[in-house]
Amino acid sequence: MSNDMHIRVHHVTRVEGHGNIEVNVKSGKVEKVQWSVPEAPRFFEAMVRDRHYTEVARITSRICGICAIGHTLASVKATEDALGMEITPQTRKLRSLLKHAENYDSHVLHVLFLVAPDLVGAPSVFPLVNSHPEIVKKALRLKRFGHEWGAAIGGRTTHPNRVVPGGFSELPQLRPIRDLREKLIKEVVPDLKDILDLVLSLAEKFPSFNRPTEFMAVSSAEEYGLYDGAVQTILPDGTKEQYRTADYKKYTNEYVVPASTAKYTKNKMGSYMAGALARFNNNFEMLRPEARAVAGQLGLKPLCFNTFLNSAAQVVEIVHSAHEGLRLMEELIAGGFRDEAPVKPTRHGAGTSAVEVPRGILFHCYSYDKNYMCKGGDCIIPTNQNHANIQLDLEKLVPELLAAGKNEQEITLACEMLVRAYDPCISCSTHYLDVKFKRIKRIPDTF
Amino acid sequence: MSAVKKARVAFFDFTCCEGCQIELTNLGQDVFLGLLEHIEIVEFREAMSEQTKERIDIAFVEGSFSREADRARLEEIRARSNLVIAYGACAATGGINALKNHTTDYKKFVYSKDANMPHLDSHNALPVSAAIKVDFAVNGCPMDRNEFVYIVSHLLHGKTPVIPNHPVCVECKKRETVCRYHLGDHCMGVIARAGCNAPCPADGIPCEACRGFIDQPNEAALVKVLVEKAGFSNDRAKNKSRMFTANLRSDVK
Repeated sequence: MSNDMHIRVHHVTRVEGHGNIEVNVKSGKVEKVQWSVPEAPRFFEAMVRDRHYTEVARITSRICGICAIGHTLASVKATEDALGMEITPQTRKLRSLLKHAENYDSHVLHVLFLVAPDLVGAPSVFPLVNSHPEIVKKALRLKRFGHEWGAAIGGRTTHPNRVVPGGFSELPQLRPIRDLREKLIKEVVPDLKDILDLVLSLAEKFPSFNRPTEFMAVSSAEEYGLYDGAVQTILPDGTKEQYRTADYKKYTNEYVVPASTAKYTKNKMGSYMAGALARFNNNFEMLRPEARAVAGQLGLKPLCFNTFLNSAAQVVEIVHSAHEGLRLMEELIAGGFRDEAPVKPTRHGAGTSAVEVPRGILFHCYSYDKNYMCKGGDCIIPTNQNHANIQLDLEKLVPELLAAGKNEQEITLACEMLVRAYDPCISCSTHYLDVKFKRIKRIPDTF
Repeated sequence: MSAVKKARVAFFDFTCCEGCQIELTNLGQDVFLGLLEHIEIVEFREAMSEQTKERIDIAFVEGSFSREADRARLEEIRARSNLVIAYGACAATGGINALKNHTTDYKKFVYSKDANMPHLDSHNALPVSAAIKVDFAVNGCPMDRNEFVYIVSHLLHGKTPVIPNHPVCVECKKRETVCRYHLGDHCMGVIARAGCNAPCPADGIPCEACRGFIDQPNEAALVKVLVEKAGFSNDRAKNKSRMFTANLRSDVK
C-alpha cells in the first residue's frame, strides 16, 4: 500500500469563481495542505474613482452576480453614510425585503443545485433531471420564485436597477407583491416542506467535523441581522463582542501569509468564519420560530463548529427569509406605499457599511469629494474573510481523514465538500494575494 | 424526435462576476427543462463536476480576457468548439472591467506595496475576441434571458440571430417610458444598442449602454447632450461612456 498521496483539485467545481486545493502526503504524513485562489483580479476599488455617487453602486454591484443585491445595498449604505443621507422607514423596509429575497434565492441555489449532488452522490444537478425529476422541478420553481421576488422589489435580481443611494428610483407595485404573497403561501411553503424532508433524509451525509473558531456577523436587537445592525463576534466559549462598522479594518485585520495565495483576515483567533453558520451562531434567538423548528429537526444548535453544516444553516435561513419576507409583504400590502423620491446628499466625506450577504458579512467603504465624485473605495468580501478559516479547516480535516484510513478519492471529495460548504464566491474576492509558495509540480494553467 | 442528436453545449468563465451564468437558473422550470430537451450541457464548472473530451457544438464564454495567462485556455476552448459565443457584456466588449483601462495606476491603487506580485498579472480588460475568433455575442450586463433563448434557438436551427442596431431610445418610446432628460436626469440610450426592452429608464435610472453602442455611434453628440441637457461638466460628460463601453470609444488604445 502506498502511503503517498498527491491531490490537486484545479478549479473546484460547483463554486462561484476559481479555487484550487492541493494536498501532499508523504509516507502517511501530511506535508502540505493548501487552499489557493487563482481568480483574475478586477480592481473595482480603482474603477469607482471619479465616478458620480449615483453610479458607484451600479459598478460595485458587478463584483458579484450572485450577491449583486447585497453588494448594491452595501454600496448605497456606505455612500449614504458618507454623504449624510438619512433613508426613510419605507426604504428600509423595502431593502430588508429585498435582502431576504437574495438570502432565500442564493441559498436555494447553493443547497439545491450545488450541494445536493454531493449528498446523493451525483457529479451535478443535471443527472438528477432524469433520476429525480420532481425534485429538480421543485428546485427550479423555488429558485425562480427567489428571482421573481427580487425582481418585484429591485427591478432585477442580477444587478438590481431600482436601488439607488437615498432610496428607490422606482417604487415596486403592490400587485406583484400580492402575487408573491399568494405564491409564497400556496407554492413555496409546501415545496419547501418537501425539500426539507429530502434534506432531512440526507442529513447523515453531512460529514462530522469540529473545529472551534470565531464567528462574525451583523447583529441586531430588532431582527435577525441581515440588512442592518452592529458587527458582532462570538467566541467558542460563547462570549459576544460588538464593534463599530467604521472600525472594520481593526477587526478584519487583513494580512499576508507566506504560504498562501489569499489575503487572510483574523480577529481574536487564528481565523474567523462568516456566513450562514456565523449568523446562526450569533443570532439564533432572533430566528423566526418556523426556522428554529427546522434547526431542531436538523439537529443544528448554537454553537455549532461543524463547517459542513453551513449548508444546513442555509436551509434554516431559507425558511427564516421566506417567513420574514411574508411578514414584510403583508405589512406593505396593509399599509400601501408613499410616493417618496430618493433623499439627496447633505455633506461629503467618507462612509462605511456592513451588510450580510448570503456568504457572510460584507464591508464597503467610500470617500467622496464636494462634487460627490468618488475618490476611492474599499470592499472586504465574505469569501476573503473565510479563506483563513477554510485553510485551517483543511489542515485539521486532512490528517483526521488520513487517520480514519480514507483513500485519496474520499479525501479529495471531503476537501471539495468542505470548500463548497462555505459557498465561496471567489469572483468577489477582490483582495486576494498570491505569494509564491513552493510547488512540487506546477499546477497547469490549462485543464 | 429522440433520434435527433442534442447540441453539446458548454459554459466557461474568465474575468467576470458569473451573473450571466446565474441568469440561466432564473429561466424557470419550463424554459430551462425545455432547453434541456434540445441541448445537452456537457461542461459548466460553476454548476457541475463533469467535463467532456468530445467536441463541443456551442461554447458560451463569459468574462473578459484580462491576463495573458488565460490565452491558452481560450485557444483550447476555441479548438474544441464549433461555435464560440461571447456570453454577456464582459466577454462581448470587456464590459465594466474595461473601466480601469484608461488608468495606469490601478494595481498600485488597490494593492499598494504588493502591486508587483506575479499573480496580479493583468492587462487591459478586453473582449474575448481579442484572443480568439468569436462567432456571436450575447450582449448586456447581465445578458437578457429572452435574447439568450432566442439566440440559442436560432443557432440550433442553423439560422443567424438578428441583433438590433437601433438605439435604446426606440424601446423607451415603444413602451412609453418618459425620457430621463425630461426628468432632469441623463441617459446614454441615444447611442446604446437596443434589444433589452429598456428596463433601466423604466425603473428610473439612466441607460448606461451595457449592451454596447449602435454601429457608428455619434460620441460627440452624446457628450454635447450630457453637457447641454443634463448639465454635466465637460470632464464628467467625456467620462460617462467609460462605464460599460470603454473599449468601444474612439479614443480606445
